[in-house]
Amino acid sequence: MTLEGVSKSYGAVTALHSVDLSMKAGEFFSILGPSGSGKTTVLRLIAGFELSDSGRVFIDQKDVTAKAPFERDVNTVFQDYALFPHMTVQQNVEYGLMVKKVGKVERAAGARAMLDVVRLGGFGDRKPGQLSGGQRQRVALARALVNKPKVLLLDEPLGALDLKLREEMQVELKAIQQRVGITFVYVTHDQGEALSMSDRVAVFNEGCIEQVGTPREIYEKPETSFVAQFVGTNNIFTADRAKALFGDALKATGSMVAIRPEQIRLSKTGMANGMSVRVIAVQYLGADTRIHVSVDKQTTVIGIGASEEYKGMLVGEDVWLTLNN
Amino acid sequence: MQVSRTSRISLRMATYGVLVAMYLPLVLVVVLSFNSSNSFSWPPRKFTTRWWSTILDVESARHALLTSIKLATLAVLIAVVLGSLLAFALQNFSFYGKNTVSFLAVLPIALPGIVTGVAMRNTFMRFGWDLGLVSVVAGHATFCIVIAYNNVAARLRRMAPNVAEASSDLGATGWQTFRYVTWPLMSGSVVAGGILAFALSFDEVVVTTFTAGSGVETLPQWILNNFSRPNVLPYVTVVATVVMAISLPLAWLAQRLSDGAESLAGR
Repeated sequence: MTLEGVSKSYGAVTALHSVDLSMKAGEFFSILGPSGSGKTTVLRLIAGFELSDSGRVFIDQKDVTAKAPFERDVNTVFQDYALFPHMTVQQNVEYGLMVKKVGKVERAAGARAMLDVVRLGGFGDRKPGQLSGGQRQRVALARALVNKPKVLLLDEPLGALDLKLREEMQVELKAIQQRVGITFVYVTHDQGEALSMSDRVAVFNEGCIEQVGTPREIYEKPETSFVAQFVGTNNIFTADRAKALFGDALKATGSMVAIRPEQIRLSKTGMANGMSVRVIAVQYLGADTRIHVSVDKQTTVIGIGASEEYKGMLVGEDVWLTLNN
Repeated sequence: MQVSRTSRISLRMATYGVLVAMYLPLVLVVVLSFNSSNSFSWPPRKFTTRWWSTILDVESARHALLTSIKLATLAVLIAVVLGSLLAFALQNFSFYGKNTVSFLAVLPIALPGIVTGVAMRNTFMRFGWDLGLVSVVAGHATFCIVIAYNNVAARLRRMAPNVAEASSDLGATGWQTFRYVTWPLMSGSVVAGGILAFALSFDEVVVTTFTAGSGVETLPQWILNNFSRPNVLPYVTVVATVVMAISLPLAWLAQRLSDGAESLAGR
């Protein structure tokens, strides 16, 4: 799947600026970005719901730039599922095969097999209205996968689920993707989701690609300050400022420096190469606690550590800051 | 909501009072259709089925009933086709003047019938078209379209916008999407709109009076014309009862259909 110089505007608003992107067969590819970054537009252009102003879209080496959605070998899992409310689960899943005139027996078997893959065997006679959110999500997945598309597009598919279910579905989605071996293009604004599931991630901002790489590259070697900021709560400084603050403790190159919160160590007892800072906010997160400290009037640094260790830190206290390398 | 005992009782009384005031007269009409007397005398001294057994001999009533059914059927057919297409267009496309079109489409229901009637009569006469069944059908279609349009538009607005996209994404052509997804989801509202429009057309008097020539007499007009003739009056009550017996189940059906038993959200 390849996008070549694809641009799209809605009236005066440019949603995408000449985007180049290519995905490998069978890969789990995430498009990560804040709302309004153009990530959903990319998806709609691949699906064919929108046509690009310029540039070309290739699926499996074939130019599909001007093709209608029903002529493209891709399927979509919508954010709000878009199941057909008047059909049973079985009919929903059979739909793609039915409109392609696959025989009755064959399509019923195909749909049943796919319902088993998403662990909804035995739910075929229900209507979508009788299912929970997580179940509808899996029907939507089965309905798309039964067509054996070259590429499956997922538009924030877990957005409407609660946290617990979302985490379960993340594991399950990844497992299903590996089992069926189809390219997944997964749009999300949740960096945790993107990092934990993907083979590669593209970070979008204001209609442009900021960086494409493996989750590890994106997290550990952000190429732009936007990526550093958006993927994990990073403390970002210019190289000179970082040098002035942390001195030789910092091993870094480049014009901007990002320090991840888990690299920051705070301690109540004085340390040799430590810097005295003041606690201005404490956020208890369960296993971890996030602490905001002020280095001087302009600079706030965010650190994160085990709650057990940071138990005694109070707002207004002076503590010592060092860097873990 | 918590309501005190006294207000609960008085609210209940008020509700029953209003319902009785509305429906008792209808019951009286039914009772009177069995009254052996020619006048609306009360209480009826003797009951008879004479009026019911001879109603089919009253040729003018039979003729009027046929005219009304023909008229309502034609007006509803036009209204359902045009109203559904309009609702579809306004829902799916954005174009210059869209709000104006939508406003003009529903305006006839707010216009007094007498204005519509006079305006149409004038226009027909000016152009030298004969008044007859066709002109009445045109007059009725103006307000029937509004009912059909409103019903279908309300349903389309409640439909999840992306079910059609999902269908297309799964490989369905435009026609298949309409046939398997859009139509099944909207058909109830089309039928419900048609039934309501039929009921509205069936008892319309004002527009009918202005747009019908001398040759056309609908059932409501027949009732109006014969109301003060003592020897026909019992037949009027029979006809009124028949009309009720037909329209009540239809109204109930229309309500069932437009409520839609299943959720349309598609979630």
